[in-house]
Amino acid sequence: MRVVIAEDLALLRDGLTRLLRAYDFEVVAAVEDGPSLLPALVEHRPDVAVIDVRLPPTFTDEGLQAAIAARTTVPGLPVLVLSQHVEPLYARELLTDRRGGVGYLLKDRVANVAQFIDGVRRVASGGTVMDPEVVGQLLARHQPPLAALTVREREVLGLMAEGRSNGAIAAKLFIGDKAVSKHINSIFTKLGLPPSDDDHRRVLAVLAYLNG
Amino acid sequence: MDSRDWIRDGLHAVAGAALAVPLAIVNIPLLVLFVVSLALTPVLGLGLVLLPLVTMLIRARADLARRLAAGYRVAIARPYRPRPERAVPGGIRHYRWLVTDPATWRDAAWLLPGAIAGLALALVSLGIVAYGAEGILLIPLWVSLGVDGYGYGVIWPIDTIGEGFLSLPQGAAILAIGVAAAPHLRQAEAYTARLFLAPTRAAELRLRVSQLTVTRADTVDAQAAELRRIERDLHDGAQARLVSLGMTIGLAEEIIDADPATARKLLAEARENSTTALHELRHLVRGIHPPVLAERGLEGAVRALAMALPIPATVTAALPGRLDTPVESAAYFAVAEALANATRHSGAGNAAVELWHTGDLLLLRVSDDGRGGADPDRGTGLRGIERRLAAFDGTMSLSSPLGGPTVVTMELPCALSSPRTSPSSGTV
Repeated sequence: MRVVIAEDLALLRDGLTRLLRAYDFEVVAAVEDGPSLLPALVEHRPDVAVIDVRLPPTFTDEGLQAAIAARTTVPGLPVLVLSQHVEPLYARELLTDRRGGVGYLLKDRVANVAQFIDGVRRVASGGTVMDPEVVGQLLARHQPPLAALTVREREVLGLMAEGRSNGAIAAKLFIGDKAVSKHINSIFTKLGLPPSDDDHRRVLAVLAYLNG
Repeated sequence: MDSRDWIRDGLHAVAGAALAVPLAIVNIPLLVLFVVSLALTPVLGLGLVLLPLVTMLIRARADLARRLAAGYRVAIARPYRPRPERAVPGGIRHYRWLVTDPATWRDAAWLLPGAIAGLALALVSLGIVAYGAEGILLIPLWVSLGVDGYGYGVIWPIDTIGEGFLSLPQGAAILAIGVAAAPHLRQAEAYTARLFLAPTRAAELRLRVSQLTVTRADTVDAQAAELRRIERDLHDGAQARLVSLGMTIGLAEEIIDADPATARKLLAEARENSTTALHELRHLVRGIHPPVLAERGLEGAVRALAMALPIPATVTAALPGRLDTPVESAAYFAVAEALANATRHSGAGNAAVELWHTGDLLLLRVSDDGRGGADPDRGTGLRGIERRLAAFDGTMSLSSPLGGPTVVTMELPCALSSPRTSPSSGTV
C-alpha cells in the first residue's frame, strides 16, 4: 500500500516511516512542510496519507488545510490527520465533503502500533476513524438530535465514529452482531438518514454526531 | 437625523438652558464660601472643618457640570487626587490633601467664569426661544396697537394688522433657530467647563501612572501565580510520570530474558503511562495557550469553544484579520470565562457570542437567556475577566437583571496586526 507522510519533526517522521514500512506500506514521499504536501499528494495519489495538522511555515493548521484541499482535487483521497490535540471543529471540517476515507487521531495513538496500523488501513479502505477523545468531548454535550438516542445507541454511535466495524462494536459491547445492526438501523432512523449506500450513511451519522 | 430627533434634542437643550440659570447662580455663594473658609483657617482652625465641606460641595457642583457636559458629548475626566489613607476629615492632612490638589484651585477658578459663561449662553438660548414664542403668540400685534414704533423681526414699526400677522411666520422661524441652536450653545458651555474642569496634562499623566501601577501589579501577580501553577503541574504530573516510565522500561529491560511475559506487561503499562503523561501535558498546554487559538485565531477558537459547550451557542464574528497574540489570548480567556459562567450558574438554555472590531477597539459580547442576577462581587470569575482585560486597558460591563438575560460586554483597545492566514471560514 502506498503512503505519503507529512510531519515536520524528523524524529517522528522517521519513526512513522519505520513503523509503516514494518507493516509493508510503501512510503512514496515523506514531506516536512505545508507547501510541499499538496503537490506530493496530487502527484503520488497514495492509497493513504498520514498528515500532521500543524506544519511549517505557519505552524498553524497547514496540514489540515492541505488535506482538505487535496480532497477537492483528488475526491475521496484517504487522509489520516494526526495531531497533538484533537478539536471537534477540525473533525467536522474534515468530514464536510461527506466522503469516507478520513481519519483524525491524537499522535499518542501511534504508540499502540497494532491499533494505529488498523486505523490507517481502515481509512485507506474508505472508512472513517475518529479519535475516542473527539467522541468523548461530544458525548459530554447534550445535543438535541442525539437526545433521542438510547444510552446503548449512543455507545454504538460513539464506536461507529471511532471507525469500528459492526463485528468490532459487537465484541466491544459484548452483544451479538444482529443486535449491533438493529441499533445502527435505529440510529439511522432517529437521525433521519434514509437507506442508501451503507458506508456513506456511517459518515453522515458521524457528521450528524459532530454537528450536534 | 430624523426631524423629530433635532426637535427632541433641541427642546431637551432648552430645558437644560433653563436649568443652567439657577446652577450658574449657585456658583457665586460657593465661591464666597470657598474664599471665606480659606480666610478662616488661621481663626481657631475653622477652615479645617469648613474648607473640606465647601470643597466637597464645589466638587459635587463640578461633577454635575461634568455629567451635563457628557450629555453633549464633551467628556471631562475627574482630575482629583485620591485621598491619602491617614487623612481624616477635620485633620490637617485632610486639609493639606485638598489645598495642595491643583484640581481644587482649578474648580474654584472655574466658579466665576463658569457662572458668567453659563448664564450668558443660557440667556442667549432662552432669549431666542422666548422671542420666537412672542412672535408666534402675536404679542407684537397687540403691543403695536397701544405703543407707537413697536415692531418685530424685520418689520419695524408694525403699522397695520396685516404686518402684525407677519410676526407669526417670523416667530416660527426664530423659534426653530432657537431650538436648533440650543444644543450647540449647551455644547459651548460644556467646552468652557472643560477648559477648567478637565485634568491638566500633568494630572492626566499622574492618573494614568497610578492606574498603570495597579494593573501592572495585578498582571505581575497573575503571571507569577500562573507560572507557579505550571511548575507544580509539571513537577507533580508529567515529570513524575516520565520518571516512572523510565523505571518501568528499565525493569522490563532487566527481566526481558528471564520473564518475557512480565516484561511485556510492564511495557504495555509503560505505554499506558506515556499516554497519560501526554494527556496531562495537553491539558496544561490548553490552559497556557489553546492550540486552536494559535492555529485559528480568536474567531476559530471561540467557535471551537462554542462547540464544546453543554448548551447551544451561536457565534457571530466580524474580525477582518488576526489580532496581536497577547490580546487574542486575553480576549479568548475572557470569553471562555464568561461562557463558563453562563453555563455554570445561569441555568441558560442558549448562549450567544459576538465578536467585532471597529476602529481600534475589539468588542466581545457574551449573552445568555438564563435567570440573570450575576454579580461581579460574588465569585471570582467576573473580577478575573476585569483584571485580565485591565492589563490591556480593556473594560468589562455587565447587565444582568434578575430574571435575565445576562449580557457581558467587553472592550479591548487594539489594532489588527496581520491579514487572515487560514481560509477557515469557508470550509464549514
